[in-house]
Amino acid sequence: MANHGNEAAAVHHGHGHDHGHEGHHDLEALRQMGFWLFLITDCILFGTLFATYIVLHHNTAGGPTASELFEMPGVIAETFILLTSSFTSGLAVLSMNRGDRKGLIGWLIVTAILGASFIGLELSEFIKMVGDGAKISTSAFLSGFFTLVGTHGLHVSVGLCWMIALMIQLSRRGITPVTRRKVNIISLYWHFLDVVWIFVFTIVYMMGVM
Amino acid sequence: MSQQPHSHGINDGSHESHGSLKSYIIGFVLSLVLTVIPLVAVLNDMVNGNAALVVLLVTAVLQFIVQLVFFMHLREEKKPRWNLMALILGIVIVLTIVLGSVWIMEYNNIV
Repeated sequence: MANHGNEAAAVHHGHGHDHGHEGHHDLEALRQMGFWLFLITDCILFGTLFATYIVLHHNTAGGPTASELFEMPGVIAETFILLTSSFTSGLAVLSMNRGDRKGLIGWLIVTAILGASFIGLELSEFIKMVGDGAKISTSAFLSGFFTLVGTHGLHVSVGLCWMIALMIQLSRRGITPVTRRKVNIISLYWHFLDVVWIFVFTIVYMMGVM
Repeated sequence: MSQQPHSHGINDGSHESHGSLKSYIIGFVLSLVLTVIPLVAVLNDMVNGNAALVVLLVTAVLQFIVQLVFFMHLREEKKPRWNLMALILGIVIVLTIVLGSVWIMEYNNIV
């Protein structure tokens, strides 16, 4: 409902009837740009967590080291799942551009299922580690590891909730300029999470077991 | 609010229609290849030490570029390219934080 209010405001700001849609389009484009700026600041957040992890990853305090701890089959599966979900979120945007609401929601569901299985794998990995005595308090290396990978996992979980809410909104309102912008934004967010995971995979896991 | 003006608005705004199925498939295949290369090369010990580091970092950066170009449509942005400028600023800050931290903390191992 709040969005409808904004739409009305956007139309009122346009000078004439003809300019109404143009002004509206500009507003949605500006919101998308604002989201991009959020992603850049999120990059800086992950940058600091990566810096912390890289600096601390030798300080294992007698606890398990990276190469003893990481089990690559699960991590490789997570990587391919997230890569595929990045692709399917792109397919959702393509369906939207064709005006195909069923296709859009369908691909969003596929993306959400892939995201949920990623989170499931990551959680079972974490639970197993903690069960083996590799807790966040065990060493500086593990504090850095759980904070970095956990923050990424939290981002994916938030994205999942958001995606489900958006699917409900899409099924009720259809493809409007507002829901269209929201789908563009969540797909951008999802690609961004995939980019962050590529660096987690490379710097944490691959360099850890190397 | 009626639906009609909205759907009209979509048609008006469709000049920003980003990407095609082809570009998404190319991007997906490239990102799969760029994931398999470091996996095969490093886990089978085909490269070691610094060479392995280079392979890992180069494929990760290429993967990043593939995502930006084929999935996030960075090249299709209209001028002025605010998104690209914001991204460059972000990369400069992230590299300063990460490389600066690593550089400074290296001295812990020396002293």
